[in-house]
Amino acid sequence: MLPLATGDGTFQGPSINEFFPEGVFFVGTPFEINRIMLIRFIAMAALILLFWLGTRRMKVVPTRLQSLVEMGLDFARVNIAESILGKKEGKRFLPLLTTIFFLVLFMNLTGPIPFFNIAGTSVIGVPLLLAVISYCTFIYAGLKKNPGNFVRNSLFPPGVPKALYIIVTPIEFISTFLVRPVTLTLRLLMNMIVGHLLLVLFFTATQFFFFTADGAFKLFGAGTLVFGLAFTLFEVLIAVLQAYIFALLTAVYIQLAVAEEH
Amino acid sequence: MLHAVIAAAAEEAHNPLLPAWPDIIWSAVCFVVILFFFWKLILPRMQKMLDDRAEAIEGNIAKADDAQRKAEAALEQYTAQLADARAEAGKIRDVARADGQKIISELKEQAGAEAARITASAKAQIEAERQAAVLSLRAEVGTLAIDLASGVIGESLTDDAKASAIVDRFLADLEASEKAAK
Repeated sequence: MLPLATGDGTFQGPSINEFFPEGVFFVGTPFEINRIMLIRFIAMAALILLFWLGTRRMKVVPTRLQSLVEMGLDFARVNIAESILGKKEGKRFLPLLTTIFFLVLFMNLTGPIPFFNIAGTSVIGVPLLLAVISYCTFIYAGLKKNPGNFVRNSLFPPGVPKALYIIVTPIEFISTFLVRPVTLTLRLLMNMIVGHLLLVLFFTATQFFFFTADGAFKLFGAGTLVFGLAFTLFEVLIAVLQAYIFALLTAVYIQLAVAEEH
Repeated sequence: MLHAVIAAAAEEAHNPLLPAWPDIIWSAVCFVVILFFFWKLILPRMQKMLDDRAEAIEGNIAKADDAQRKAEAALEQYTAQLADARAEAGKIRDVARADGQKIISELKEQAGAEAARITASAKAQIEAERQAAVLSLRAEVGTLAIDLASGVIGESLTDDAKASAIVDRFLADLEASEKAAK
């Protein structure tokens, strides 16, 4: 994780091993805790602390912290749950959608934060788990609401000539039941992995240019430093955006599953 | 640089797409904890606060409506009271006027009766006095006449019976002559 610029003048960039640090506790057991797990716990603790404090004594006229927390919860409620699913269904799936949004958001945000410097979501566990939960939820919602309707809408979209179902149905099956969880997982995971690698690349390069490279090459260091700072801000944006996209897509999948007609 | 990344990735067997058990387990723990945290604690708190807020806003509107209604009712009541008071005053005025009229007419009546009584008693007194005058005059005229006649005839008409017979006859003659004169 720390910039690695070897003294012999060769540059060593970031590697994928950064996402697999040494275990700290319970090494060798299925409960092994490494640095990234600890970062996840810290993100979770921060989330719980913030929301617990912000909602401890809720008043009709909010305090500053309460308005901040309210703003966050309102965003999840109004802009994700209710705008996609409507009031009734939105309320039903609100706990899940809120959890997904804030869990992903807080674990993403550890990426640009100094001393953490890696997103809790940049290891496949969280994205995969959430994608599976999202997948199970929309299938459950569809089957519970109206199984026939769900299967027909998912596999036999109305308005298509019957003969075309030979082609359309397998495509729809793959896109709905195979591609959705995979894309959910990979979109978040790859965004976080690449974001981290980019930042490490910029800052190790800065280190290399400043302290190892000769002469005019040192000037490149200024460029990579500026890029590194810019991309740090960009990573904050990505962190929010990916959390929003993940929760939003989950809501959309549920909505498509419970919809009467496409 | 890219070569270095690829080389590093190739060196180690880590595949970022393959989940490890600790990764999945701790992710699940985090998810469950946060899900229950939001589901059982934060979202109910939030819901309650939103309900309270809606209630407070509705309550204030209802309160304002209530105040408005009360003010209107009070105004109506005052107007009604004012009209009542006006009617009452008019009624009192009418009664007073009627009472005045009655008092005046009563007084007039009383005055009339008093006047009549005074007139009547005056008349009666006058009559009585006249009668008394007539009687006393008759007595005096008799005495005077006898005295005169006594003087004339030189004889005392002491016999009362005789005297009064003479007087009576004289008076009757007088009356008769009066009648004849008429």
